[in-house]
Amino acid sequence: MKEIQNKLLQKSKATREDHFGKAICYLCIGFIIALVACILYFITSRGIATFTKDHVNLWGFLTGVNWNPGALDANGNPEVGALPMIVTSFSVTILAAIVATPFALGMAIFMSEIAGKKGTKFLQPVIELLVGIPSVVYGFIGLSVIVPLIRKTFGGTGFGILAGTIVLFVMILPTITSLSVDSLKAVPISYRQASLALGANRWQTIYKVILRTAAPGILTAIIFGMARAFGEALAVQMVIGNALLMPKGLVSPASTLTSKLTTDVGNTVMGTLPNNALWSLALILLFMSLFFNLIVRFIGKKGSIKK
Amino acid sequence: MNPKRTNNIATGVIYGLVGIVVLILLFLIGYILFNGVPHISWQLLSSPAQAFSAGGGIRDQLFNSLYLLVLTLIISFPIALGSGIYLAEYAADNWFTHLIRTTIEVLSSLPSVVVGLFGYLFLVIQLNLSFSILSGAIALTFFNLPLLTRSIEESLNSVSDLQKQAGMSLGLSDWRTITRIILPVALPGILTGVILSAGRVFGEAAALIYTAGQSAPSVDYGNWNIFDPASFLNPMRPAETLAVHIWKVNTESVTPDAHLISSASSAVLIIVILVFNLGARFIGNWLYKKMTATR
Amino acid sequence: MKTYNLEEKSIVTIEDEIEISSDNLQVFYGDSHAIFDATLKFPKNQITSLIGASGSGKSTYLRSLNRMNDKIARVEGKIMYQGTDINSIKVNVYEVRKQIGMVFQMPNPFAKSIRENILFGLKSNGIKDKEVLDERLETSLKEAALWDEVKDELDKSALSLSGGQAQRLCIARSIAMHPNILLLDEPASALDPISTSKIEDTLTELKKKYTIIIVTHNMSQATRISNYTAFFHLGHVVEYDKTSKIFMNPTMPATADYIAGAFG
Ligand SMILES: Nc1ncnc2c1ncn2[C@@H]1O[C@H](COP(=O)(O)OP(=O)(O)O)[C@@H](O)[C@H]1O
Ligand SMILES: [Mg+2]
Repeated sequence: MKEIQNKLLQKSKATREDHFGKAICYLCIGFIIALVACILYFITSRGIATFTKDHVNLWGFLTGVNWNPGALDANGNPEVGALPMIVTSFSVTILAAIVATPFALGMAIFMSEIAGKKGTKFLQPVIELLVGIPSVVYGFIGLSVIVPLIRKTFGGTGFGILAGTIVLFVMILPTITSLSVDSLKAVPISYRQASLALGANRWQTIYKVILRTAAPGILTAIIFGMARAFGEALAVQMVIGNALLMPKGLVSPASTLTSKLTTDVGNTVMGTLPNNALWSLALILLFMSLFFNLIVRFIGKKGSIKK
Repeated sequence: MNPKRTNNIATGVIYGLVGIVVLILLFLIGYILFNGVPHISWQLLSSPAQAFSAGGGIRDQLFNSLYLLVLTLIISFPIALGSGIYLAEYAADNWFTHLIRTTIEVLSSLPSVVVGLFGYLFLVIQLNLSFSILSGAIALTFFNLPLLTRSIEESLNSVSDLQKQAGMSLGLSDWRTITRIILPVALPGILTGVILSAGRVFGEAAALIYTAGQSAPSVDYGNWNIFDPASFLNPMRPAETLAVHIWKVNTESVTPDAHLISSASSAVLIIVILVFNLGARFIGNWLYKKMTATR
Repeated sequence: MKTYNLEEKSIVTIEDEIEISSDNLQVFYGDSHAIFDATLKFPKNQITSLIGASGSGKSTYLRSLNRMNDKIARVEGKIMYQGTDINSIKVNVYEVRKQIGMVFQMPNPFAKSIRENILFGLKSNGIKDKEVLDERLETSLKEAALWDEVKDELDKSALSLSGGQAQRLCIARSIAMHPNILLLDEPASALDPISTSKIEDTLTELKKKYTIIIVTHNMSQATRISNYTAFFHLGHVVEYDKTSKIFMNPTMPATADYIAGAFG
């Protein structure tokens, strides 16, 4: 009995194994947390240097239309107006989402309501392939097909918001589609049965019952798509034209935040204003990414309260 | 309009939308393969790139992409595995777990260019790793971690709780139960996730242009000393990958046959990714069958 | 369902040697109180059945005895075994579970070979001697009445076994660890009658070496194999007595109604 008692009260190999395992897992998790903290810290501290160290006016930065950080404007302030890039980034994002949403919803409704298992089996690889194509390839095709096409149709260079929108729309299509499918599939079968039992036909059921119920999920899907579009760099950079101008239309060359960053970070010297100003652009990107996250959370909370 | 008509129109529109998307995909794949595949030759795959003249190959870029992929997986898999195990098996329902999940979500939603810029700031400049394969691999790890972690967590969660109970009831430690009983059952799913993430990593460029760099110095493929700067295995040399190469030849427009090179490179990229995708399915199914087989 | 005065109970005093006992055991799932004041003593080398309607707390109680509820529920009170309160945080739970084995309702063999199913736990505990391992493999499979059926295909995947065989494999896996107590949670409820009777025979044989506590939904099973029976109702132990007494002449009205098939 004494021996068994001792065994019961002593730590064993298993206890040590568990300490070891837990330590490893905490280490990994700790790494990820530290990493994200580092990203937030580094980008933020660099990004605000423009305002704290170089004393650029934040409002001027967000609303100014001239970007020429090497030079001073009439008042002796550095010219760092990010508005053209902000406007372009938002334009391509919103336009791409507007174009992509009907297609994505069509795909999602087809997969979850119309085609059954077979159709889903057929479209699933379509979505996966669209996801799988790398952004540079999208950019390359945009550059060699879309841009010349626009040039022929509308004149000008062909570069610009329209080209960016077309490329991005295809890129965010799979994101919005697959998340929408999930939210449509989450609508209980009983809703469909109830609606059909009341004499509604398929489209009435889809439109009045299923889409309404799944609305928060679909909205989340669209936001995720927008987040992807807003942050996409190379594909857009290849077709947007990279001109530091306020976009005058859909077919004039422009710059997004991401395209500016990809072209310029390597051409400026660390610590100088032109470089700091770029980090401020990165900070805007970071903020927007967090902001999209926040909206998704908010919708998630609201959507779940209703149930 | 009567409801029946609306129903028919709506159904027609939906079929139309789906048809267009399928056509877009067919066009994309067709365009790349038709334009690219005819140019893929041993010559292209085995000769170094030329910046200012036609006829260059993609040997170094292709190797760099693969090497970077391997390094990235070596670094990111253990971390993702540990984190995935934590989330699937240890995490209690409390604020700390919530914080972790939020953190991972934030990381996964960061644009890859931001991750790349952070890599540039932190790895290339702060840690002085310079433009190198190592910097690139670490940046890609940052980019790869959240998705890989999540797919590992899902695979572990899909293993029946009964298995865990069985291990616990024998007095095994949680760690042993997880690593020796649950993990093997989850392996097909985990492997599928790893291969899919490999496809993503292989095509990524934005996170690399400021970490692995945009140049591919010629290296000696016979030199196996990884500390020798001329060795193809040296992780401290800059390494332009295939995806970065496509971007570069298209944006700099100094290479005369940029379109040819990009088409062929894109085709290679897509083919490799397709192989990964198919491979993921195939290997996952095969392993699963093999493990549950009644031998 | 009628309401009964749950404060009243009838608990027999056991004269035989006690292997394990619970003392005022309370179990909570969050705020919900699942087990109230369970005080029970289990005699050594005998079979005790836990019966009661579904949701009455039998599994909850059983799982508390070998600390399987550790991360799921809050368990208060004492569980005395070998002069030690094994419900204390100071106790090594792995050792507890090694000495108090458990078999579940759904057969849950590992996705490994039949051999590995038995040997994995032993190897994990540092037993490496091939002779010892082979001996344990054979005796535990024999004790679980499975040896004759599988001795020629020990390296086959355990997932290929039938439900009844898999459950006996799980019993064998538990007893290979040489526990003192075997807890079984409705081990035969998912099985056909033939497998069930094989398992009942096995248990009757096993009680010579082990103390057995079994949750069962099947009252005739309880009468066939167990020496003592505890009746659970809404988280309370209402009556505990010799099996024959409980089924022939129950003291408490709730027990009588349950046995008569009034609910459950
Ligand atoms: N994991 C759990 N979490 C919360 N409540 C539980 C859990 N398991 C069981 N319960 C609740 O505890 C009560 C007793 O359940 P259980 O012990 O499974 O009963 P029995 O085994 O007698 O059918 C039930 O009301 C059940 O809903
Ligand atoms: Mg039960």
